[in-house]
Amino acid sequence: MNFIKLSLRMLRRDLYAGELYILIVALVVAVGGMTTVGFFADRVQLALSRQGDQLLGADLIVVSDHPLSKHYTDKAIQLGLNTSTALKFPSMVTKGDNSILVGIKAVTTGYPLRGELRITNDFEGTSPLLRDRIANTIPSPGSVWVGEKLAARFSLKEGDKIDVGTASLTVESMITQEPDYSIGFINLGPRVLINAIDLPATGLIQQGSRISYRLLVGGDAGSIQVFRNWIKAHLELGERIEGIRDARPEIKAALERAEKFLNLAAMASVVLAAAAVALATRRFILRHLDGCAVMRCLGIRQAEILYIYLYHFIILGIVASSLGCLLGLMGQEALVFSLSTMVDVELPWPSLFPVIHGLLTGMVLLLGFAIPPLLNLRSVPALRVLRRDIGISNTHSLTGYILGLTVLSGLFLWKAGDVRLGSLVIIGFIVAIAIFSLLGYFLIKILSSTCSKLGGSWNYGLASIWRRANTSIVQTVALGLGLMALLTLTLIRSDLLQNWHTSLPTNTPNRFLVNIQEDQLQPLKVFFSQHNIKQPEIHPMVRARLTSINDKIVSPEDYSNLRAKRLVKREFNLSWAREINSDNQIVDGQWWQRKDMGEAVLSMEEGIAKTIGVRLGDTLTYDIAGNVFSAVVTSVRKVNWDSFRVNFFAVTPPGVLEKYPTSYITSFYLPKNRIDIIDQLIITFPNLLVIDVEAIIIQVQKVIEQVTKAVEFVFLFTLLAGLVVLYAAIISTQDERIYEAAIFRILGAKRRQLISAWVVEFAILGGIAGLFAAMGASSLGYVIGKYTLNLTYTFNLWIWFIGIFAGITGAMIAGLMGTRGSLSSPPILVLGKIG
Amino acid sequence: MVVFVGGELEPTLLYVLLEIATNRILNTTKKFFMTDNLIMRQPIVQAISLAKQVRNSEIQLTILQDINLDVNAGEAVSIVGASGSGKSTLLGLLAGLDTPTSGKVYLNGKDIFALNEDERAELRGSMLGFVFQSFQLLPMLTAVENVMLPLELAGTNNAHTVALELLERVGLDMRLKHYPKQLSGGEQQRVAIARAYVTSPKLLLADEPTGNLDLATGSQIIDLMFELNRERGATLILVTHDEAISSRCTRQIHLVGGKLNAD
Ligand SMILES: Nc1ncnc2c1ncn2[C@@H]1O[C@H](COP(=O)(O)OP(=O)(O)OP(=O)(O)O)[C@@H](O)[C@H]1O
Ligand SMILES: [Mg+2]
Repeated sequence: MNFIKLSLRMLRRDLYAGELYILIVALVVAVGGMTTVGFFADRVQLALSRQGDQLLGADLIVVSDHPLSKHYTDKAIQLGLNTSTALKFPSMVTKGDNSILVGIKAVTTGYPLRGELRITNDFEGTSPLLRDRIANTIPSPGSVWVGEKLAARFSLKEGDKIDVGTASLTVESMITQEPDYSIGFINLGPRVLINAIDLPATGLIQQGSRISYRLLVGGDAGSIQVFRNWIKAHLELGERIEGIRDARPEIKAALERAEKFLNLAAMASVVLAAAAVALATRRFILRHLDGCAVMRCLGIRQAEILYIYLYHFIILGIVASSLGCLLGLMGQEALVFSLSTMVDVELPWPSLFPVIHGLLTGMVLLLGFAIPPLLNLRSVPALRVLRRDIGISNTHSLTGYILGLTVLSGLFLWKAGDVRLGSLVIIGFIVAIAIFSLLGYFLIKILSSTCSKLGGSWNYGLASIWRRANTSIVQTVALGLGLMALLTLTLIRSDLLQNWHTSLPTNTPNRFLVNIQEDQLQPLKVFFSQHNIKQPEIHPMVRARLTSINDKIVSPEDYSNLRAKRLVKREFNLSWAREINSDNQIVDGQWWQRKDMGEAVLSMEEGIAKTIGVRLGDTLTYDIAGNVFSAVVTSVRKVNWDSFRVNFFAVTPPGVLEKYPTSYITSFYLPKNRIDIIDQLIITFPNLLVIDVEAIIIQVQKVIEQVTKAVEFVFLFTLLAGLVVLYAAIISTQDERIYEAAIFRILGAKRRQLISAWVVEFAILGGIAGLFAAMGASSLGYVIGKYTLNLTYTFNLWIWFIGIFAGITGAMIAGLMGTRGSLSSPPILVLGKIG
Repeated sequence: MVVFVGGELEPTLLYVLLEIATNRILNTTKKFFMTDNLIMRQPIVQAISLAKQVRNSEIQLTILQDINLDVNAGEAVSIVGASGSGKSTLLGLLAGLDTPTSGKVYLNGKDIFALNEDERAELRGSMLGFVFQSFQLLPMLTAVENVMLPLELAGTNNAHTVALELLERVGLDMRLKHYPKQLSGGEQQRVAIARAYVTSPKLLLADEPTGNLDLATGSQIIDLMFELNRERGATLILVTHDEAISSRCTRQIHLVGGKLNAD
């Protein structure tokens, strides 16, 4: 016969009867959460790979901290490749009395070799017809193209003059799209594009300036490969190549980390949904036992029963999973929106891959956790039509659930691509369930033996829990898991995030002055005293690159830690000082004495020493502007970075570094009402960089807030899944309860007696669940804090109170709401309806 | 009883009268042939030294013991006995819903306990019909869908037409799209009876079909069952507490403490 037709008919009816809502909601939530993260990650991935060359602005870039040898360009041209050069550096620009730190890019003809540079002359964006256009050229000499942010900030119009260093340039166009303005976290201010010809006039190219020199190369893939190989062999210290392949590893890593965190939340919602599905199917099966027994009577085969319900569930699964995917599609838009600062490029439309994954997740979730009980349903004895008490065996349940969990784990591992994280989630949940079950068993046993002497409703309530021991344990575990999700997401999360939000104490330095030249030290002193600002401490700064530790050459490849890689790859700053900074503290070795002055010794900061693996007594060798400099580590310092004072990773005594090119740096506190001083400072010393620490902190906080929002958004799915589990757990015993209550009432039990027995029962179940939840949430908070946020989570006593209280009241309210209604209808009616 | 409406015999009534008459004749002739041709006769149900024991923790409980029983085609047999005497258990065994501790049951000459579960189910589908005390309609199907179900399970094409006919026959043609919940007990049992007869089973088994109904409704249901049984020439085995119902059967079987006490 046509089982699909019959399945559909039953599905429709079950749907009307509300038998499937929990299943559907659980699936939609789980698949929705999973695909939200999936779609988002997919879009970012696609953006990173597909637009790699666009993001780069070339096929290959040679990046250096010093001017590049003309050889490189010659070689590229000889290979038939196109070239262009660019210089990138931060600087201040001023217009009238306003100044701001911007990222300047000075380019030569041909820029960009790949991707589009789009500009417009409609600065206010008022005439939509005046669309932006592809530039096809670079700013003409003496003119400047500005980013939208700067245009807005200075209210710029075409023809306005702005000062870049000592040059006054005319605003020509506004940039609407730049190829190498990429996915990043913090962009140091707005972007400004100038013609390289104007560079000398700005006077900004000075010793110690942080300039990134870039040679852009573009052409056919074969020649690029030849060039890549050639240049690899010729790269000098401080030079590196960036290609599509090595595009922005740190951003990729950061996004991957964020993605992992989001995945974790999505996975948690899937596991919770699995619990809800298992509970809901159990109820579904119980409600369909009679029907199946009748069908067995009417001559249906066991396999056919299985088919009917299999089709039933497959159709349900496909529909619910598709709904989940739709939800995910909407969810990821919200995610993109909440991460708009992090992802600053137009993201391509996602592929269909997450849909496949979502559908698979939904099907595995449903079938993995519904088929085991279904297998049992198939073997319902037909005799049940005569004897109601005959139920079904539970033989398939355990093996089935194990199978379901295994397949689910496989999916997680595949998705997360991180075996450790994936298995951590699965094992964590299994361990939690095991511990909860064991503990639940003993708690219930102890409670029922000690409290049975209390008599009255206590007795009935406990008897009821004990009689249904298995169900009660399942119920408390499910309630516990659901509550745990809720507790983690509400209390612990806010606890953890509190620590992320730092604000500056008053009077801490809020401006850094960088790039001060030796001959500017005296005039600067005069400037400060003229303006009544306390003379800040000025520190020398020598740019150096670490080349070897104890004669062993170091390279980024030696380190797996991303921070260490970056530290070794880049130059970092050495300084010298007579006295130790007041916010520093020696943790190992000794600060130098008077006799040590002029000795080649170093004091290292504790954190960096650990990161790059340097200990007391090690000899570090640096390359300083082509010279070799070696020094022995004689002390290790702990630095309080929160002080926002200038501090260095490596410091020597005076009389060691003076002979090398030096620039100076300082930090000072600028009261809000004296901001105008900065503009005068920049006019007097155009080469100085003023870094507004407060602005950066605000920017960092904004990013953190957005990440938080994104995580919160995905946690919403976990939260929903937790609520679904709670609901499923509560109503899983509702039928039994109503049925029993009807019998009790026929036996003369009063409404009040029944309700107080239930109150006791739900209170105990909820209390135990709350205890579990607090346990789980605290451990989870600890793990998340320790491994993902690098925070030590301090145990919060409140969690326990709130957990247990919420468990008791929640279970009591939800439980009574579901069952109390049945007490107002005559017991015979209730029996007739259910029996 | 003859009714003239406008000088003409009301056509449906005529039809019904004709039907009843022909069935009466058919049935009596059938009975005549069957009782007379003893050699040709094969019992539709035959139980041989059937016994059922259950083990409940320590105690071995004997529910049925040495049951030997033949039921011939066309018979209407009632099983009566005190509560707990094993009536339902016996019915379950005869239908192959349960397995005996020892003994055999032949349905239409087939040893049903030599078959496996699925083969027994198929046999049930092809030749048995059931009516239960608690109706046992599938709550997620409408009245007509419930009646169609056995036909669909058997793979019949015109399930809907046949189901409609039967529902009309039991007087529920106005309630086709109703769900069991929306029907009264008596109506539900009518649907159950329609469902039981829809496959034209050779044997109908009923366990206290009126047990959940009031007296008047109960007797209507019993009338309906006997009528249908006669019309279709089916065999009926009926468990009941009701003397009146029992006496309408062609034969009574008394169960006392799990043993047959035939009269
Ligand atoms: N699986 C079983 N386990 C234990 N005892 C059983 C089982 N099945 C039946 N019994 C017992 O066998 C006896 C007969 O049961 P059965 O249901 O056949 O009685 P019945 O004659 O139909 O009674 P009633 O008229 O009340 O329906 C009862 O005492 C019952 O408790
Ligand atoms: Mg009985």
